[in-house]
Amino acid sequence: MIQFKDVGLVYPNGTEGLKNVNVTINDGEFVVIVGLSGAGKSTFIRSINRLVTPTKGSLLVDNEDILSYRSGELRKLRTKVGMIFQNYNLVKRSNVLKNVLAGRLGHTGTLRSILNLYKKEDVGLAYESLQRVNISEKIYNRADELSGGQQQRVSIARVLTQKPGYILADEPVASLDPPTSHQVMSYLKKINKEDNITTIVNLHFIDMAMEYADRIIGMRAGEVVFDGPVSEVNEKTFEEIYGRSIREDDLRGGADES
Amino acid sequence: MTNQSKDVVKGKTPSLYPVKTKAQVSIIFIVILGFYFFSMFWTQREMVGGFGDSLGNMFTVIGKFFPPNLSVIPAILEPMAQTIQMAIVATTCAAILTVPLALMSAQNITTFKPLYYATRTLMNILRTIPDLVLAVIFVGLFGIGVLPGILALFIFSLGILAKLISETIESVDMNPLEAMRASGGNVFQVIFFGLVPQVLPQFTSFVLYVFEINIRASVVLGLVGAGGIGLVLNQQLGFYNYQNAMAIIVLIFVVVIVIEYISNKLREALI
Repeated sequence: MIQFKDVGLVYPNGTEGLKNVNVTINDGEFVVIVGLSGAGKSTFIRSINRLVTPTKGSLLVDNEDILSYRSGELRKLRTKVGMIFQNYNLVKRSNVLKNVLAGRLGHTGTLRSILNLYKKEDVGLAYESLQRVNISEKIYNRADELSGGQQQRVSIARVLTQKPGYILADEPVASLDPPTSHQVMSYLKKINKEDNITTIVNLHFIDMAMEYADRIIGMRAGEVVFDGPVSEVNEKTFEEIYGRSIREDDLRGGADES
Repeated sequence: MTNQSKDVVKGKTPSLYPVKTKAQVSIIFIVILGFYFFSMFWTQREMVGGFGDSLGNMFTVIGKFFPPNLSVIPAILEPMAQTIQMAIVATTCAAILTVPLALMSAQNITTFKPLYYATRTLMNILRTIPDLVLAVIFVGLFGIGVLPGILALFIFSLGILAKLISETIESVDMNPLEAMRASGGNVFQVIFFGLVPQVLPQFTSFVLYVFEINIRASVVLGLVGAGGIGLVLNQQLGFYNYQNAMAIIVLIFVVVIVIEYISNKLREALI
């Protein structure tokens, strides 16, 4: 369970990333955060694994306030909160298997990982994760030889290998074409259902949010302006969240093509 | 219609660079040109005899170098090997010590500013001391031999390597490092998994390059008594044994070419 209690975040340059955020995310939920760029979606997500640190309020993960965490506890928190990025963030020169094994870093001793002495189970787990996203035939390819969609699947496999309780995905499909986007979102949804991993995804495509989310949180200018199950959401809600009428480029489309 | 487009071409075509940039670049260019003309004029005046006699002298001196006395080569193989060994030892030690120094002088890895500035300053000081001066100092401290040569080369290559590699580190893609941190890796793990694969090819390439420089530099260092083939070359020149000296130069030439060829091939395979 993740609880935001009056969380506020002001960046050193004075920009307000989050304002008075009060949100509770229950275990196993698939939450999609929508909002225009600059609305605070990324700040919201990155607060949960402390890639950014809120300056006000308290943020509870599994009933512990993570804002007071220091390095050791922080690493422990990050092992149970996996993250997926817009630009996949793979090491381009390393092969797929090694990239996926990086998900075990938090569970592996420093010396062991530096000497590449991974436990057999860890390598097995990495391979299994790659199989789950259907890319196990590419294990020895260098990451930069893969297409964008394949790279994002590898990064999903990396998160799976981490065995997290939570998955954060920061605009995971923003760099992908419509069919690939749906593929990636389907994998995230499948993992969410099969492993009961709480998943929080940032999106700015309305139709995708509607299709995959259990619950939608709308953000504007650092504030939560909407929070409710997907059944309560319609086009009007989005117009309120975005503060303007819906346009063509707010939709990803292409659900049928995939 | 045609008139209009003509007007555009005539009057309104924007220049490729802003007028201000153009003026600045022109001024810099003229100033540099001025420097050249000034120094040309000045050195002409300061040169003692001009080029007049030097051409004749040159042929006499060069004549003395030929034919090279190749029979001395077996005798100079040992000091040549010593020169290569000096370069290898110095480059290896420098390559190892460069790793922490380069990491500490890379702004994206060392976020603790005072440490970054301290290592940067240390690197800059190291780089400003010419290798020849270092050799002279160490020869003074340890006496004539291989050790002062190795130390001089070591400090010299450390300065270059740390600078080149810290800049490579700074130009690295930071996204994978963020991902490693987000999956709970500690500093060492983040560096080994996110950073090392990205800089390893350049690192190897730079080390080989510095090794080549060190081979050539160690010859020169021999001239001030820092061991190796340079020491022998200096002696032979001192005794006016120009034909022996030429044999040494030929050997150095061959060795340098062979080493450069090998390291070029290695570099090509790496990148």
